[in-house]
Formats: sequence, C-alpha cells, structure tokens
Amino acid sequence: MLKITNLKASIEGREILKGINLEVKEGEIHAIMGPNGSGKSTLAAILAGRDFADVTEGTVTYYGRDLLTMAPEERSREGIFLGFQYPIEIPGVSMVNFLKTAVNEHRKHKGLGPLSASDFLKMMREKKELVEIDSKLANRSVNEGFSGGEKKKNEIFQMAMLEPRLAILDETDSGLDIDALKIVANGVNRLRKPDNATIVITHYQRLLDYIIPDYVHVLYDGKIVRSAGKELALELEKKGYEWIKTGEENSVQTWKPGMS
Amino acid sequence: MDKNRGGKQCTDMETRNELTEKFSRLFSHTLPGIRASSFELFNSEREKAMGKFLESGIPTRKNEAYKYTNLEPLFRHDYDSFFIPGPDDFAKAERFKCDVADLDSHGVILINGFYPTISDKIREIPGGIWIGSLNEAAGKFPSIIEKHFGKYIKAESDSLIYLNTALASDGVFIYVPDGVRLKKPVQIINLVESDKDIFNQHRNLIVAGENSEISLIVCDHTLSPNRFLTNGVTEAYVGKNAVFNLIRVQNEHNNSSKITNTFIYQESNSHVSSNNITLHGGLVRNSTKHILAGEGAGCLSLGLYLSDKFQHVDNFVNVEHQVPECNSNQLFKGILDDMSTAVFNGRIYVAKDAQRTSAYQRNSTIILTPDAKMNSKPQLEIFADDVKCTHGATVGQLDEEAMFYLQSRGISRSQARLLLMFGFAHEVIRNIPVEPLRQRMDDLVMQRLRGELSRCASCMVKCS
Repeated sequence: MLKITNLKASIEGREILKGINLEVKEGEIHAIMGPNGSGKSTLAAILAGRDFADVTEGTVTYYGRDLLTMAPEERSREGIFLGFQYPIEIPGVSMVNFLKTAVNEHRKHKGLGPLSASDFLKMMREKKELVEIDSKLANRSVNEGFSGGEKKKNEIFQMAMLEPRLAILDETDSGLDIDALKIVANGVNRLRKPDNATIVITHYQRLLDYIIPDYVHVLYDGKIVRSAGKELALELEKKGYEWIKTGEENSVQTWKPGMS
Repeated sequence: MDKNRGGKQCTDMETRNELTEKFSRLFSHTLPGIRASSFELFNSEREKAMGKFLESGIPTRKNEAYKYTNLEPLFRHDYDSFFIPGPDDFAKAERFKCDVADLDSHGVILINGFYPTISDKIREIPGGIWIGSLNEAAGKFPSIIEKHFGKYIKAESDSLIYLNTALASDGVFIYVPDGVRLKKPVQIINLVESDKDIFNQHRNLIVAGENSEISLIVCDHTLSPNRFLTNGVTEAYVGKNAVFNLIRVQNEHNNSSKITNTFIYQESNSHVSSNNITLHGGLVRNSTKHILAGEGAGCLSLGLYLSDKFQHVDNFVNVEHQVPECNSNQLFKGILDDMSTAVFNGRIYVAKDAQRTSAYQRNSTIILTPDAKMNSKPQLEIFADDVKCTHGATVGQLDEEAMFYLQSRGISRSQARLLLMFGFAHEVIRNIPVEPLRQRMDDLVMQRLRGELSRCASCMVKCS
C-alpha cells in the first residue's frame, strides 16, 4: 500500500532524510527505531502532510497514487492516520464536535451521508470500550488538560473512530507508564485487520513487547541502516544504538524486501 | 463606510463648536416635545445635563477613553430627526422575529428607544416582578425611580451620558422586589427601524432587590438599512445577596452605530455577570462600569466581538473596587476579519481601603488578515496594598499546529478554521451562567462565523 523510494528531505537547508526506502503491505506492522535526531518524526510528518520539511528527492506512493501531492485532510480520508507524539490541545472544541466533523468528512468522501446523532454517539461508545478509554474524556475539549497518558490514549481512540488503513504512530509510547502502554498497545492490536497496516515509530524496544512487529527498521542519520525481523529490536535493546552507529558501513545493504 | 469609524481625526475647534451648537439647537427644538411626553422626574434633570454635555461636547480622540474610536463623524451626520414615534412606526417591528425569540423568556420590545404604544405600558409577571416603560414607571413607582434614577452615573465625566439624560424619554424599567428569584429570563429586544436616518437614545433602569435574582437578555437589531446612531444608558442596582446576569447580543447592520453605557452598582455579596456579545454592527462602543460598593460582591465581565469588513468594536470596561473583599474578572475575546478594528480598554480601580481585592483581566484577539487591527489597553489603578491582580493581553493568528491536527483527521481547512474560531469564542460563551442561553449563544456564534447572520432570514436588511 505504501512505497517510499529514495526519499530525501531537508529543513531550512539541512538534510534530515537522506534517501529512505520502505515498502509497507496490507496486514503488516513495521517498527521504525532510531536514536533521537535520526529523522523518525520528520518521516512521520512528511507521510501525514505536515509541510515543515521540504522533500528534495524521491517518491512516496500510496496505493499507486502520489502521496506527496495530497492535502493532509485528503490523506486522512484515504485512510492514513498519524498518532501524534505531542497531541495538540484545542480548548473550546469538544471531542464530540471534533470527531463528528471528522467522521462525517470521512463518510462524505466515501459517498455516505452524515451519521445521525444517536448513531454517532453509539459509535463513540463502542470505540471507547474497544480501546478502554475513560468515557469522561470524550466529554471534554480536545486534549485540553489531559495528562500525557490520556492524550496518547485519545490518539488511539481517534484511530479507532477513523479506522485507518495505514496508521503511523509517532513515539506513542513516550511518557507512558506501563498500564497506559498496555492500553495503547491493546488498542492497536484490537484494531489490527488483514487489510490494514501500522508503522510504529519508537525510541525504545519496550512498546514492541506488546505490539509485535513483522519488521524492524533502524533509522540513523536520515537513512535506514538496518532492517530485520522483530529480533532486531531485542538486539538493539541489548547493544544500544552505538552498535548501529559503528556498524553503519556494513549494514546498509544487508536487507532486501521480503527478508525477515 | 470609512467615515463610519476611527479614520481622520477632527480636532478643529471650529468643528467642535459647530457640533456643540448643533446639539444645543437640537435640544431647544425637541425639548418641548420631550417634556410634554415625560414625567417631571426626568424633565428636572434635562437642562442641567445638557449644560454639562455642552461644556465638553462630543468626546474626541484626545480623550483617553476614546483614543481609538472617532465619534465625531457619527455625530456630525445630519440625522433626519430626533425620533418621537407615532402609532404607524411600530408596524414593521410587530412582524419581527428575533433569532433568540423562541427562547422561553418574558419579552419586551423597544422601538427606536421607545415602548410601543400597542403593548401594555407596564406589566406584572408572576412573582411580583414589574417590566415596562421607564416613563410609565415614573408615574407608578415614583419612589423607586427617585431613589435610583441617575444615581449610578453621578461620578461620570463622559459627556454622552449627559446627552442621554438630557434627551432620552423612554426605555425599559425592571423591578425585582426583595427575595424574588426569577428563573425565566427577561428579554429586551431593541429594534431600530425607520426610512429616515435617525439618532436615538434610550434609558433603562433595573432594580434588583435584596436576595433577588434575574437574568436579562438584551438583543440589539436594526430593521431598515438607514444610517442609525444609538446612545443608550442602562443603570442597574443590585441589592445585597442578589444575582444579576446581563447578556447583550448585538446584531446590527454595517450602517448602524451603537453606543451603550452600562452602570451596575453592587451591594454586599451580590453577584453580577455581564456579557457583551457583539456579532455584527458598523461601529459599536460598549462602556460597562461595575461598581463594587458592598463587601463580598463579585462580578464577571465578559465580552466577545466578531467583526469583519470595516466594522469597529470598542469595549471599555471599568471595574471599581470601592470596598474590601470583592472579586472581579474580565474576559474579552474577539476575532477580526478583513479590515475591521477593535479596542479593549480594561480598567481596574482599587480604592485605598479596598483590601483583599481579587481582580483579573484577560483580552485575547485573533486577527485573520494583515489589515485588521486590535488596540488593547489595560489600565490599573491600585491604591490598596493587599490585592491580587493579574492582567494579560494577546493578539495572534489561528494556531497552525491545531489546524494541522484537525486536517490530519480528515477535516478540511475551512472546517478546521471554523472549529478553531468557534472553540476560541466558546471560552467566553461557556462562562454565561444561564444554561439555556449558552447553547443559543453557541448557535448564534457558529452562524456568525459561517457568515450566515448577515443573511439572517428574519432580517429585512440585506447587509453587504
């Protein structure tokens, strides 16, 4: 569904992504790991359509379409979901109003009419249960006054409401205690279907104890320097990123799509 | 339209004199008519008030309180008449249906500042509350009027208040006796309608006794496209332990200028909330004074201004802490589009002995274009030493981070803008203490932000 080919991007003239290649197929979970400053969040932002980085080279296709020319809202309606590392607080905008607008825009895109108020509330109830979200959160303004954990759970709740085909979770585990981490991971696992895919971006291996990836990629200095199966995450946890940095020269060409 | 707002300043003495002369003549011409239709109680004040007005004339921008609002062009315009209504003048107003009208309220209509001859001049509603024409009330309740009329504006130097005292001959009177708590709000619908350009004045008096409670909604509307200028004064007395909620909703056309002067005098442990919701209007100047005169009194002064094109909205808030242990909170927010301009001047005065005062003030404005302009000015005069006081002002654009967050969920940019503006405005609306009104105000604000109010179905004026 997603194919990234030789993607290069810079911010204010400084090259952040230096040629990313990645292919994600339906049903797969990919983990992208890497030290701080390696370009993980920039990659997530580019995929979601945040325009602070300039793409200088390469292509990204999504179901064969050029993703980079699509507006952020169009990407969302076509099934891409970004779970924010730092979800934004929007005082005065209720969760109900926000999600009703979003869900109905998605429905309109599919040629469906808006949901009735009762159907919408029923949907919210079901999804809240699915991802174990405190029902009071849904009565408040978007993320306003939420704790770090509540904000992350709220991202998963939104993901459940919008049922994306490709979810990109940017450091969703950062700042979570173990209980919140489990809730977030359970949510992701329950939303998994044979025809959707997830990219989990994380700094630590911890989340991958609960969300089992099919592939693990290590991003370092704007490039994927190593890709393998889930065992790579454990190896990273043991050896740290220093191992990748020193082994960089050898590891670039060790992986090809299809290997695991 | 440009002449309708703070444009070229006119300080020319000759023009000043000419303007003052004009009002002097207007006064002598209209005084006999006004006198004939008003009670002596009001008439006895007129000449003195006119004298005070003529001393300083129309406030200019040299006056600190009018620094960013130029009134002279409004007053220089030749209005066809100082309006005294006949029975035919109320026909159109009868057909008027307010956007808030299906709200469950006790309603009264004022047309060009006058009580229509077709309704009861004054009526008692269950619970013993009296609502009606101020002029009529002067005959029916002379002792109440005498005790309160003109008492809360005494310390004022603003000449427009004197002009109102000199010329106003009617308005709304509301009397809530001690201990009466009215749950259903009272609604005043202020209509301006004429096929001539008119200048009108009205005077309201609200007296809320001890332990009483009342919520009052005031809706300002224009029904014909002529050029209008309104200079209204409202005095409110709020007794011990009483609760008074005032919600003013302004929705007038771009050729209309509205000046409101509101004085709220509070006895001990009373609580007041004042909400100025300016949805539409050519030039709007709301001056609101809260006089905290009894210990333990509290007030919440709220305002929301949404403007576009060449509109100009000026909110002048003046909170006076005269005694200890009072608290006040000012929150004014606005969204300015196109070339519109707005002013916020928030004064907090704490008298020498008003210890243990809490006074807060915040003003936030979103500016949607490079041409819109906001002037925000805090004015703190604190003479006591045990005081908690904060103030803050921000002017900015819509938050791009929040825009992207909404877009990333499939919401279009235009919808996202609307949601963010609504959320910003809702912070004021959600503080309105009367539950059924909050939802109504949210709806009206949403309509305004969508640009629907200027094509309001009930309005005969097609605003451009």
